[in-house]
Amino acid sequence: MHELAITESVVDAVTDRLPDTKITCVHLEIGALSGVVADSVRFCFDLVTEGTNLEGARLEITETAGQCHCKVCGSDFEPDSPVAICPCGSIEISVLAGQELKIASVQVA
Amino acid sequence: MCATCGCSDTAVIRLYPADEPERNGAGDSHHHQPHHHHGAEGRDQDHDHGHDHGDHTPGDADPVHRIFTEPGGGDERTVLLQQKVLAKNDRLAQENRDWLQERGVLAVNLMSSPGAGKTTLLERTARELAGKVTISVIEGDQAAALDARRIRAAGCQVVQINTGAGCHLDAEMVAEGLRLLDPPGGSLVVIENVGNLVCPALFDLGEQARVVLASVTEGDDKPVKYPHMFRRADLVLVSKNDLLPYVDFDTRRHAADVRRVSPDALMLQLSATTGAGMQEWYNWLRRRAPAPPHEEDLRM
Repeated sequence: MHELAITESVVDAVTDRLPDTKITCVHLEIGALSGVVADSVRFCFDLVTEGTNLEGARLEITETAGQCHCKVCGSDFEPDSPVAICPCGSIEISVLAGQELKIASVQVA
Repeated sequence: MCATCGCSDTAVIRLYPADEPERNGAGDSHHHQPHHHHGAEGRDQDHDHGHDHGDHTPGDADPVHRIFTEPGGGDERTVLLQQKVLAKNDRLAQENRDWLQERGVLAVNLMSSPGAGKTTLLERTARELAGKVTISVIEGDQAAALDARRIRAAGCQVVQINTGAGCHLDAEMVAEGLRLLDPPGGSLVVIENVGNLVCPALFDLGEQARVVLASVTEGDDKPVKYPHMFRRADLVLVSKNDLLPYVDFDTRRHAADVRRVSPDALMLQLSATTGAGMQEWYNWLRRRAPAPPHEEDLRM
């Protein structure tokens, strides 16, 4: 359940950057290979924002797809699980995209 | 503690000096609040590890983090942040790394599932390297100080971090642990992370090396099932090697899977019970040791 700490990091970062500003929406980008479960972040968000200037804010999460390159067969593929395995069976891969864990933007009142 | 999910945002950090009996319920403890300023309050105000983590100015020099605003609908406006969620942890980790580097201290982040033998490995390491290198330990567990007592009994100074519901250590907790440990130049700090093959993988602590312990009793499929953990390992130790005759563990398959997930990781097999393979582990530590800032050399 590291998503609790991840969500706390989101709130910390936003309140650091925009103190005393009422936040109405937070937009995150979470990659499919980031190791973070978006639903768990949603679960934690209301709890963590309580009593902060993010309380009551909407949470929008863009889940970006993973993109990997197989070092064995040379193809690029989109893994269908957090464990990237090439359709050829290889797990000898490099990750091209999908490890994002980013606060894209916020809406302020 | 949160009444809804039982989570706690307070970690308790306590020093167990190597050479002092445990004080009754006291110790040098510190409640770690993730949301507060983390300056040099508490003991040892005079030493140089202030780690003044509260001084970051929002929106300062880093151009990536500059704030741009776009007009939105109605009274709302959009503020583009484009900021890594773990930017703060990563920054604190880099501060830890710089501090360790300046002191000439090697810090190793030791990770595994619960029960893989991290503490047993450290006990034997501490006993066998006693007099050769100063070892201090940061112990991460959700609760209890059982591991801190074991490590202290082996002769090391220990800081126990109880994370409450937290499933991993973060860079801020480790900064406080380092401040309490005050490790001398040329020494080794082992950070025994919370037993968990998932969450600790995401959090840089400022260590110079990441060691993953995989015991043969866990089965040989862990590198494939927990690739995040293995992908960033510098060293994979296959532990409880003495139990190989009794368990279904294919060492060749395990090694091949580690190699695929983490092509650059070194692998060693050992048993902290029999001592087999321990010298190779010590040799690896010696090779990773930074040049000490003073004349005393790191000998193992």
